[in-house]
Amino acid sequence: MSEQNTLAVERWTPTSAASVLLAVAAMALLAFGPRLLGAEQVDRLTILFIYVILAATWNALAGYAGLVSIGQQAFFGLGAYAAVRLAAGGFSVYPGLVVAAALVGLLSLPLSAFMLRLKGGEFAIGMWVVAELMHLLVNLDPLVQGETGTSLIALDAYAADTRRDQTYWMALGSMAAILTVLFVLLRSRTGCAIQAIRDDEEAASAVGVRVLGTKRIVFVIAAFGTALAGALWLATALTFQPKTYFGIQWTAYMIFMVLVGGLGTFEGAILGAVAFFAIESWFGAAGVWYLVGLGASALIFSLALPGGVCGWLERRFDLRLLPVGYRLVHRRAPTSSNRDNRGREIHAVR
Amino acid sequence: MAVTDLQDGAILAASGIHKRFNALVVLDRVDFALKAGEAVGVVGPNGAGKTTFLSVLVGAHSPTAGTVRFRGIDVTAQPAAERCRLGIAKTHQVPRPFGGMTVFENVFTGAANGGRLRRDEAYDRATRSLSLCGMLTLANRRAETLGLLDRKRLELARALATDPAVLLLDEIGGGLTDGEAGELVSIVREFNHRGIAVVWIEHIVHVLLQVAGRLICMDAGRIIADGDPRAVMADRAVIDAYLGRGAG
Repeated sequence: MSEQNTLAVERWTPTSAASVLLAVAAMALLAFGPRLLGAEQVDRLTILFIYVILAATWNALAGYAGLVSIGQQAFFGLGAYAAVRLAAGGFSVYPGLVVAAALVGLLSLPLSAFMLRLKGGEFAIGMWVVAELMHLLVNLDPLVQGETGTSLIALDAYAADTRRDQTYWMALGSMAAILTVLFVLLRSRTGCAIQAIRDDEEAASAVGVRVLGTKRIVFVIAAFGTALAGALWLATALTFQPKTYFGIQWTAYMIFMVLVGGLGTFEGAILGAVAFFAIESWFGAAGVWYLVGLGASALIFSLALPGGVCGWLERRFDLRLLPVGYRLVHRRAPTSSNRDNRGREIHAVR
Repeated sequence: MAVTDLQDGAILAASGIHKRFNALVVLDRVDFALKAGEAVGVVGPNGAGKTTFLSVLVGAHSPTAGTVRFRGIDVTAQPAAERCRLGIAKTHQVPRPFGGMTVFENVFTGAANGGRLRRDEAYDRATRSLSLCGMLTLANRRAETLGLLDRKRLELARALATDPAVLLLDEIGGGLTDGEAGELVSIVREFNHRGIAVVWIEHIVHVLLQVAGRLICMDAGRIIADGDPRAVMADRAVIDAYLGRGAG
């Protein structure tokens, strides 16, 4: 290898650096939402943030780790339930939402010990069984009053506007935090191990990947994120009815968002959540036909655009907005800094 | 014990390996020792237990009885990932690339996990492995788009990136033309010259003999011959195993 033409590993491109900056700027701007927008828009955006959390965590689970779960509503429902329980026990409501999610994340740890031994379809269905089981167990708590449900009465202590803004900021902050954690995780060396497991578990362990421990990281983060989404949903909806929170539709939404946006592309989940949010905003009032349309578009997407919108962009235009991968590139002249003349973060290979 | 004497100074040693799948005995008290840097070929008819034997050595299967030692340490209970981190790597008979990842990411995964390297060292190792296997120009290709020869090369590059002291090859030349197999032979020989001990199962014997300094022949779950390649190929028991008794 000559000095003029050394090999380097590229992690950032001008496009991806710009995308991250844009995302950070967008979130900073969104922080002023309650000052700039009307009450209804603030409520709607809160919902969008929750959708992004749901899509991003499911994408990490299914798209990157290959853990296709159709029982994520277990964590969504448990997150909301734990928040109700904590509030009823006198715990401060807003911090309680995060503590509730953390407790569910903790619970997912022993759960992972046996669920992650299941493979493929067994894992998928097994998670659904777990969700049904959690639903039944939660119903045993007298506080919940069976399917009658209960409310997050503690929120009545806040004025309606304060509550709306608080919930909005919490949802925004949670979304930003979870996207950051997932982005950093997937770009780390563990990110490669995660994807290797998705592609071939046995081959992954043959090259030294500790399969169970690696899967567990993603499983627990996804459980925490989904539980946080459930707790936030409770803060917007106020009422907790087990049937609503433990319903399979939550996972169906996650699958829809990720398939439309692009399974296994980081920006895909975000885009899918926005698309789902838009469709719901425009057609949600159409009742049954809205659901028919949702199902039909999921079908069309999986047949015509198997990689979702972002997968298509990547194949067609080689465009990756938030890449987590590695590219080996030729670099002209070695420099002492970590950036070459095109502004990429690269690592020269000796 | 004779077995222990045989295994003194061995980097990888298997003793009394017995493997049964229900009633079927696939490995029948196999003893084997590999010296550091040695290149051993493995031949034998289909169903002799060759692939299962490598699987037991690498930790993909656990033996019904017997022990596997690596550098004198009993690794029989260690899973494949831990053995890879210690220095035992294997390529698969049918290549098993990480299809959704690029060639570079496949090899980087080996360097970062099996090779236990930090980021920058893992970049280096991955790039060198690709270079040695002639795959640098394919580095950014998704592995699922590769043809058979390149998939086999990738198996080698990925295993090499884990920095093995022992490399187990399961029919790396199978399904290739003579010219293609020849390319792989030179890569494997290069590995071996760098001090990596190789155990290589191959049906194409003339390919195998270009690298192997020692040959073992397996039949019905046992090692029936072990030693100088020419002597093993001329062995009466080996000819019988391949061609049936009374032939030749």
